[in-house]
Amino acid sequence: MDLSFSAEEQTFRAELRLFLADKLPPEMADAVRLGRGLSKQDHQGWHAILNAQGWLAPNWPKEFGGCEWGAVQRHIFEEECARAHAPRIVPFGLSMLAPVLQKFGSKAQQDHYLPRILSGEDWWCQGYSEPGAGSDLASLTTKALRDGDHYVVNGQKTWTTLGQHANWIFCLVRTDPTVKQQAGISFLLIDMDSPGIEVRPIILLDGSDEVNEVWFSDVRVPVENLVGEENKGWTYAKYLLTHERTNIAGVGFSQAGLAAVKRLARSQQHRGRPLIENPHFAARVAQVEIDLMALSTTNLRIVSAAAKGQAPGVESSMLKVKGTQVRQEINDLARRAAGVYAMPFASEAVQGSNEAPIGPDGTAAVAAQYFNNRKLSIFGGSNEIQRNIIAKVKLGGGG
Amino acid sequence: MNFELTLERQMMQDSLRRFLSDRYTTQVRNDLLDSDAGFSADIWAQLAELGILGALFAETQGGYGGAGFDLAVVFEELGRAGVVEPLLDSAILGGGLIAAQGSADQQKLVEQVIAGSLHLALAHGEPGSRYDLPHVETTASQQDDAVILNGCKAVVVNAEAAGYLIISAREYGAPRDEAGISLFLVPSDASGLSMRGYPLLAGGRAAEVVLDRVTLPVSARLGAAGAGYPALAERAAAASVALAAETLGAMETAMALTGDYLQVRQQFGRPIGAFQALQHRMADLLIELTQARSAVINAAGHLSAEPRLRDLHISAARNLVARVGRLVAEDSIQLHGGIAMTQDYALAHFAKRIVMAEHRFGDADYHLEQFIDLTAT
Repeated sequence: MDLSFSAEEQTFRAELRLFLADKLPPEMADAVRLGRGLSKQDHQGWHAILNAQGWLAPNWPKEFGGCEWGAVQRHIFEEECARAHAPRIVPFGLSMLAPVLQKFGSKAQQDHYLPRILSGEDWWCQGYSEPGAGSDLASLTTKALRDGDHYVVNGQKTWTTLGQHANWIFCLVRTDPTVKQQAGISFLLIDMDSPGIEVRPIILLDGSDEVNEVWFSDVRVPVENLVGEENKGWTYAKYLLTHERTNIAGVGFSQAGLAAVKRLARSQQHRGRPLIENPHFAARVAQVEIDLMALSTTNLRIVSAAAKGQAPGVESSMLKVKGTQVRQEINDLARRAAGVYAMPFASEAVQGSNEAPIGPDGTAAVAAQYFNNRKLSIFGGSNEIQRNIIAKVKLGGGG
Repeated sequence: MNFELTLERQMMQDSLRRFLSDRYTTQVRNDLLDSDAGFSADIWAQLAELGILGALFAETQGGYGGAGFDLAVVFEELGRAGVVEPLLDSAILGGGLIAAQGSADQQKLVEQVIAGSLHLALAHGEPGSRYDLPHVETTASQQDDAVILNGCKAVVVNAEAAGYLIISAREYGAPRDEAGISLFLVPSDASGLSMRGYPLLAGGRAAEVVLDRVTLPVSARLGAAGAGYPALAERAAAASVALAAETLGAMETAMALTGDYLQVRQQFGRPIGAFQALQHRMADLLIELTQARSAVINAAGHLSAEPRLRDLHISAARNLVARVGRLVAEDSIQLHGGIAMTQDYALAHFAKRIVMAEHRFGDADYHLEQFIDLTAT
């Protein structure tokens, strides 16, 4: 056991801090810090900055142009990026699709798509959930019927995050309705410019429009856009879920969020004293911080084991549940800290605007974020599904 | 002991519930939320016609209710329907302060409030006051027959619609002293009064109000100079009864929506309500909801008690309802899944009403501290 960072790791952290201080545009960091929405250009700009440095794909193997960093390096990277209020790396192409292509895609698919993900030429979105297939994803009904050299796709996907920016979507589609649900699903890459695709925004309860419905009517997809084998899509989807959730605990986000809560609580007055000195509020903050310190180590333990080849299964479920609980608790603290200034609807903060926000610095988006981040325990396999996995593996002797 | 509502209150509850379930649909509400005014003048007029505004005032004030249980019955129904119209601001706070403190001339405005023709707003909280009721830095200085107000007021709900603002200002004493606070009845178009309006996350509108040498006749004072605090505290208690009852009603709806959805939503070949893990969570929520109703009853039943006893029950109810409210709002969303995250689905609005009610007149921690202070000796 040794809890200290090595000299190399400390050097890496210092190098990262210099890079972020030098290259992260301050207006971008402000937008992240204050919870303002980021434009497509913001995301693409940040990706380009990281790509120029060679740091856009921390988890990719070197042969595909990635960093191939170990667990600790990635942890440091996530921690420092969150601390500097860097935009998160949009994960759909980089950490969701790419590992699947690297493991199961053809050489031609790897050569074509992977460089375009790094360069920003393609923006991918995810077509998994459907109105009738959420937690029970395997019951999905979007059909892909073979017609010569094409599949013809019909159906509807939903909760497609940032689909409005995407030019490509990776989808789970049903190619065989006659077999057991999981055995009739394929993994298909679809050009969003294909005729028959319609994207409709879903307005969320905080007023944001980050998720969409995607409708497919007789969309023709070339067969070479099939990843791996037909009807093996469920295996690939599960691989994606268990292997590439390195940041599932969101430790960096929580650390940045907790720091923001403390800043806010120092600036807010409660009965003539800074709120941070109030014993009830301070106890709430301390409780979360204690959980977060342990979570950080839990995360490192699990990610380190994964780096040695032990595929995390049930452990990533544990990280998801505890990680989202901690993040949501921090969102709740921020809402409390803002007091009456949690009440304004920060449409400027959600949509981005030059108008000064209402209330003290850092309060404008806290309530919207509190509501928006209720999604954390729902998407990517709800926390109930994660508990089922944990119970099945740890109590049921299965898995 | 008798936990039945009087016949009059039952009738009021029935007619209000029927009116709102007919008229205040999710579509109507969502349109209102997107509108510039933030609420419906038409619904407001009909609520007045139904006598709902009058039910919030005592007979001596021109109404026919005004007791804690009247407020609780009305606001539970408003909460149940997710109403965003500013009854709290125009009637309980604004109208209530004028009725309690006003001169004969000033009291004539109460009649207009009850008739639905006048809106009011209480401009009391300040950017630095948080929930601290006696924290008033806005100053009032008397010069001969005039009083001059200077200061800033934060998140003044319903300010833009209000014909008059009731503004608290300090005539003497330190910023957190209870003594020295006066109330003023100020026309919203008074010279030197400016406001920046904005929508609220859970519906309705508010404004940041700046008072720059607002000059008033001394007759604009509501009640005696420097003696406004007890009236403010009494109305804050009434507002807390209303908010707790509204949250209770909103929680009832959130639970009903969730219960229905658990029966309808199919995953893994059966309704998700068939899963015991979800059944147990619903059972826990129902236990908490039952507790919340009792806390609201305790608060409503003590609204006219002496201040210490009153505030003890008020803070107990606000603390409990805030805790239960967060649980109900968050679990209702979680039990639904993604659908509850969308603005078009009714639950979104109820979850926001429930959670954001905690940000008016004190959150769970504030009321916990109040309760500790009141019970320590």
